[in-house]
Amino acid sequence: MILVNKKMARKVSTWILDGNHAAAQGVKLSRVQVIAAYPITPQSPVTETLSEFVERGELDAQYIAVESEHSALAVCTSASMVGARTFTATSSHGLAYMHEMLHWAAGARLPVVLACVNRAIGAPWNVLNDQQDSISQRDTGWIQIYARNNQEIIDSIIQAYKIAESVYVPVMVCYDGYVLSHTEMPVDVPAQEDVDRFLPPYKPHTILDPANPKNYNLVTLANPRVNAEGVLCHGYMELRYLLQEALQNSRETIIRVGREFGELFGRSYASMFWEDRLDDADIVIVAMGSLAMEAIVAADMLREAGYKVGVLGLRVFRPFPKADVAKALKKSRLVVIFDKNISYGLEGATCSEIKSALYGSSVRAVIRNFIVGLGGRDVKARELVDAVNKSLLSVKEGDLNKEYPEWICDI
Amino acid sequence: MKTNAVNMTEKEYLLPGNRTCPGCALSLAYRHILKALEGQVIVTVPASCLTVLHGMYPVTSVTVPCVNTPFASTAASATGLVAGLKALGKEGVTVLAIAGDGGTHDIGIQALSAAAERQNDFLYICYDNEGYMNTGNQRSGSTPLGAISGTTPILGKQQNQKDITAIMEAHGIPYVATANASYPLDLYEKVRKARMIRGARFIHVFTPCSPGWSFPFSDTIKIGKLAVETGWVILYEVEDGIFRLTSASASIAKRDNLRPLREYLMEQGRFKNITEEQINELQGWVNTRWKRCLDRAVNL
Repeated sequence: MILVNKKMARKVSTWILDGNHAAAQGVKLSRVQVIAAYPITPQSPVTETLSEFVERGELDAQYIAVESEHSALAVCTSASMVGARTFTATSSHGLAYMHEMLHWAAGARLPVVLACVNRAIGAPWNVLNDQQDSISQRDTGWIQIYARNNQEIIDSIIQAYKIAESVYVPVMVCYDGYVLSHTEMPVDVPAQEDVDRFLPPYKPHTILDPANPKNYNLVTLANPRVNAEGVLCHGYMELRYLLQEALQNSRETIIRVGREFGELFGRSYASMFWEDRLDDADIVIVAMGSLAMEAIVAADMLREAGYKVGVLGLRVFRPFPKADVAKALKKSRLVVIFDKNISYGLEGATCSEIKSALYGSSVRAVIRNFIVGLGGRDVKARELVDAVNKSLLSVKEGDLNKEYPEWICDI
Repeated sequence: MKTNAVNMTEKEYLLPGNRTCPGCALSLAYRHILKALEGQVIVTVPASCLTVLHGMYPVTSVTVPCVNTPFASTAASATGLVAGLKALGKEGVTVLAIAGDGGTHDIGIQALSAAAERQNDFLYICYDNEGYMNTGNQRSGSTPLGAISGTTPILGKQQNQKDITAIMEAHGIPYVATANASYPLDLYEKVRKARMIRGARFIHVFTPCSPGWSFPFSDTIKIGKLAVETGWVILYEVEDGIFRLTSASASIAKRDNLRPLREYLMEQGRFKNITEEQINELQGWVNTRWKRCLDRAVNL
């Protein structure tokens, strides 16, 4: 089916795609030049599809079938150093195996884009969905974007290159394994010429070139040092500050790029999270990724029961939009946060961030955290509703904060 | 034309004064490697003594472009450099991956083996000082039997080194060679030859380490030569499966004057606790390998 939208993008095709194929289409449309990846469930179809594009001559890229995820990201960082646009994809143990290189890519300020198809981590083995993998990498200096559906996967990947290449910070586009990766749904696939209008070619900040030899990522001391010309250059700590500053300032770029995307393609991403009926809500459900869609169903059910319930669907987890979140939650008396991850010994990661965002604000909401859906455990809207009802009892007790989260499981 | 000190590239790419130890064989080898590549190179280097040689930001002792990469990733980084250059249509630059024995025999072998199997188009050089010298001399997969190190401090290492060049040859790559910092012309010629070959290429460069092996830093060249004269190091190259002994190893083979390994071992403090049994075992290992090389060499 071909739809024509004269005001904005010239051509839009609606395809039935699963999340992995949506990701691969986004990579192709972004004219990626070097792809390196290693098979892992449930990510493998992304790179299989990309290798097919390359072998068929539909995508002019170097495809490197590496022997590990560590090498996949090492290929991408070095290819990025010579000025190529790069992509890799992984899941779970693969992302964990990349950990060292994740730090390296961010530290070297390389705009690599990575698709993380969220999957549980062992032991014991489990190939199904939760978000423990990408959450475990939150302090590596990457921007993290979570998609709620397959349309957001393709759109987020295209935007990710524009964001990464503007702020020189790598971007991880995360989407739930199987729930999205292997579930087909209608996806509007933009035309190449429109994506070309949106996404300019990569302008690298470093070029390794014998005509202008430079040494990158040298041993760097804590304090600034002078170079051969007597100019004082940054120490390690200044370089780390600049990375933090880049992430702090990236909110503006993420929103601008999301707005520009909306102007061209009709789907605006000009916010750090999705809001559903927050205007009048005094009860807010917070969830990230596909769970945010399930939360909307739960909110519908609770609205029918007479509660003013809204949903805050986290889209960008790093940088974390503290001020935006505090503002969005200002009318809430109860915030129920569902996490598909756990920071063992504390609580779900998004719960900690939300609490941190509300400190010092005027919001005095009861906060409840539920750990759900680990290792592919099905999360039903009914269970979210029950959790909200249970939390409402706490509101009467006036108990704002609990020491530990509750788990929706059989213990 | 045979290389000599007169016709060798005059230009220096390694500037005088770097952070390596006195008598560092790596410094000498690297100087000749870069000369052979005439500056048309992009280098990737993992954590190693070479990182130290390259200097501390914002000052460097080299005049070639270089990226530092994590320990296990040298060959993958080189693959990425090659892929990126190809994607951008840039030609005429050699990608050089250069790592120590820890970064090659041990933590980097997975990425190296995979890149060799993929026939990625770069030159990999392992400079071998037979231990983790940058971290203060711990045993590696290249430390010889009987050698004392930071992690074999009293008894010495109980196993012999692995033959990394044979491992790399088994990958069926178009060029593998061994070299030695004490024979810079041989090293220079091998790098120049490797530079012209496409595909994955591997050169093993023996680099004696004065502080790690406990010999006076004025003896680096002598130790390197003794290694060849006793057969501990054999200088050869295998080009498209054709095996040739080179330089001093070819001469020793023709004159049949291999010296006893003991002469090499006794010059180094790291072998002070080696047993007679271990010396005999090492001598046996050398004899077997030497015979195999004599059998294979087409130029004797």
